[in-house]
Amino acid sequence: MQKKILLVCMMMLLGLSLLIAGCGGEGTSDQDAGAPAQKSDNVLVWGRGGDSVGLDPAIVTDGESAKVTINIFDTLVEYEPDSTAVRPALATDWSVSEDGTVWTFKLREGVKFHDGTDFNADAVVYNFERWMHKDHPLNNGECKYWAYMFNGYDEDSMVTSVEATGDYEVKITLKEPFAPFIQNLAMFSFGIASPAALEKYGEDFFKNPVGTGPFKFVEWIPDDKVVLEKNEEYWGEKAKVDKLVFRSIPDNSARFLELQAGTIDIMDGVNPDDVAAAKANENLEVVLRPSMNVGYLAMHMEKEPFDNVLVRRAINHAINKEAIIEAFFTGLAKPAKNPMPPSLWGYNDDIEPYEYDPAKAKALLAEAGYPNGFKTTLWAMPVPRPYMPQPQKIAEAIQADLAAVGIEAEIVSYEWGTYLEKAENGEHDMILLGWTGDNGDPDNFLYVLLDKDNAVVGSSANYAFYKSDEVHDLLIAAQKEMDQDKRAQLYKEAQEIIHRDAPWVPLDHSTPPLFMYKYVKGYVPHPTGVEKLNTVSVQ
Amino acid sequence: MFNYILKRLLMIIPVIIGVSILSFLLIHLVPGDPARMMLGERATPKQLEELRESLGLNDPLPVQYMRFANKALHGDLGRSVRSKLPVTEEIARKFPATLELTLFALTIAVIVGGLAGIISAVKPYSLFDNMSMGMALFGVSIPIFWLGLMLIWLLGVKFHILPPSGRISVGVELQSITNLYILDSILTGNWKALKDCLAHIIMPAVALATIPMAMIARVTRSSMLEVLGQDYIRTAWAKGLPGRLVIFRHAFKNAFLPVLTVIGLQFGYLLGGAVMTEEIFSWPGVGRWLFVAITARDFPVVQGGILMVALVFVTINLLVDILYTYVDPRIRFD
Repeated sequence: MQKKILLVCMMMLLGLSLLIAGCGGEGTSDQDAGAPAQKSDNVLVWGRGGDSVGLDPAIVTDGESAKVTINIFDTLVEYEPDSTAVRPALATDWSVSEDGTVWTFKLREGVKFHDGTDFNADAVVYNFERWMHKDHPLNNGECKYWAYMFNGYDEDSMVTSVEATGDYEVKITLKEPFAPFIQNLAMFSFGIASPAALEKYGEDFFKNPVGTGPFKFVEWIPDDKVVLEKNEEYWGEKAKVDKLVFRSIPDNSARFLELQAGTIDIMDGVNPDDVAAAKANENLEVVLRPSMNVGYLAMHMEKEPFDNVLVRRAINHAINKEAIIEAFFTGLAKPAKNPMPPSLWGYNDDIEPYEYDPAKAKALLAEAGYPNGFKTTLWAMPVPRPYMPQPQKIAEAIQADLAAVGIEAEIVSYEWGTYLEKAENGEHDMILLGWTGDNGDPDNFLYVLLDKDNAVVGSSANYAFYKSDEVHDLLIAAQKEMDQDKRAQLYKEAQEIIHRDAPWVPLDHSTPPLFMYKYVKGYVPHPTGVEKLNTVSVQ
Repeated sequence: MFNYILKRLLMIIPVIIGVSILSFLLIHLVPGDPARMMLGERATPKQLEELRESLGLNDPLPVQYMRFANKALHGDLGRSVRSKLPVTEEIARKFPATLELTLFALTIAVIVGGLAGIISAVKPYSLFDNMSMGMALFGVSIPIFWLGLMLIWLLGVKFHILPPSGRISVGVELQSITNLYILDSILTGNWKALKDCLAHIIMPAVALATIPMAMIARVTRSSMLEVLGQDYIRTAWAKGLPGRLVIFRHAFKNAFLPVLTVIGLQFGYLLGGAVMTEEIFSWPGVGRWLFVAITARDFPVVQGGILMVALVFVTINLLVDILYTYVDPRIRFD
């Protein structure tokens, strides 16, 4: 008997669902058939592949989290909408002492956190204390970007003290002059959180974020969506949409279908193959995000034959970057000639790239004493990265280019974690890797990836093991110089030397595309991959 | 019967211990250090070391396992190393999503597959039989991601009949009690949400139902054919009993046992999470959750998640075995 009831219940549920399917249409989607030309509600829905890991900017390191938190939290200074130059945000003005170690910030008055508490110097000090001190109960070594950008916690930290010198004035003292300091503070990680909310939620702050930003947190359903609403009391330009929703739709094709169905307004993480279809759709627009990354091939300079600059230049001439970008990025990248992307200040555009010329490559190899080429290995990443979507296939293309000049390269790959570990130990000959910038400072590319300080076996980020004193001196001088124009000059010089020494084959700067409806106005993609969406409207 | 159930319940203990050890070893012995997976290109040796220490990865494996087991016994499966969300809280959210989808998919599979199997067996080698068995073959071989994308394109984009993916539309409010959205919307009398949730579940349920539906159809057909050929069925026909009675009361009841086995197995299997379906339809269930955790080496999630899936599987097996006695009174466990 019970089974019968169960069966009847199930039948009824099924019947009901079929009924809805049959008479559907209304209620299931607020758009009419066909791609919508405009929206009926004032909500911006962003479709993306992954969910946020957490919503506490101090702790998270992934882009999907940053994309959300940047809209909830403000930083002391922020990036211009279309570049990585910094402008005032929660700090209205700042100055630095003669010796470059003491920074004084004037704070914006009358700003309130979303929980109604006041933003002031004490709040700023509280946040810094939390980031700096590993034993702070809300740090626990979890403020990874602080440690990464400021050399560590406590006594390791570049920042030695932070004090309130007035209700709306903060003085920050550094261990030594450190020019990228101000660029760092514009990163999403250093969003100022409400001290009252931090105390209240403690370990669970990451799911109850409270900041001063243009949007307030409403709810987060993991793996489904994050909902934010307009902050009516925002100090800056108030949001144009009432609600901002980030939906996780893991499959790229399904996400594109959602866009076409009109259930999302803008999406990132597109299949390169879908770009043509999106361009053909008259309601959609394809926008390219300016690149803040570099994909490269590094040659281990402490190993033969890569210790010979002629060999390294020969390899630079042997690889056809344009063909690789055309084939594997469907043209959505720019060929690289420098180790940093052109969206950064200090980029040296005067450098003449090594042109694709197999004959010249052969001649250089002969001059270097390898007329018949040599055997070597080429490491390729096992996973797609933003700067290199299909590393295995790109490696095969490079392999073929190298074979054409007599170099026999065997492709080697390991599981991602192992790959990085072995690379840091310098076990490779040639290796494919890349980098996505953090703070929009050239230091974040050149010093991290090519300074001799970072060419240490076991902890290298300088996978070419390139150890140039000339470059080192320039990069250190640039770290201590506070004038941005002078710094830019130093970085340009460093790029020239790097070009001459050719530790890498810089391959590409990828420009990831986004699809959005034409009714989405005011959206400017930022090189860092995250942006405040208060200027965006959907009407 | 009671003794049998007790015995079976006791047997769950060693199974669960075994599964927990296996899943623990699996995630800790595969290459890929969780600390490094988390820090990526940016890892400095000091940070790596600190992270390993704070995750307890520097302790010997048996110590780590005992720590995990001890906590698990107290109902604490730890927190995800990526998101810091408690694993039990996540299970409470993800499992109902998968359960809801599975129940729907299996209902479709049992009704459609079962009926197709019965009709095929009653009229073997007829046009219907050939067609439905052909469809069943198609059903087991069709790639779910393709079917899923086609359904979304056709019903979601082209004709706008159903929402393309997800569990509930943006903007539809629902107070969650059990996290089974359909049940919650009935409990709270939220008819708008009910309609929306039902519209969302149809496509993933149909996509997920294809394989079990095809299997159920084939098993039902062959089992029915065997029973229909037996003497007592001929007697029933000879007595002049109405066809429906012969087929459902006499034949199907006896042919149901192997079908029940398939249903039980599929049920347990689907509850482990259908990664593909959940991925295509953005269904925030167990499969996708575990898949992401495995690729990120999020070991507390993998350990806790697999443990939960194993527990569900064992429980369903037990339930199916108990159901046997109702379906076939000849079966006695004592």
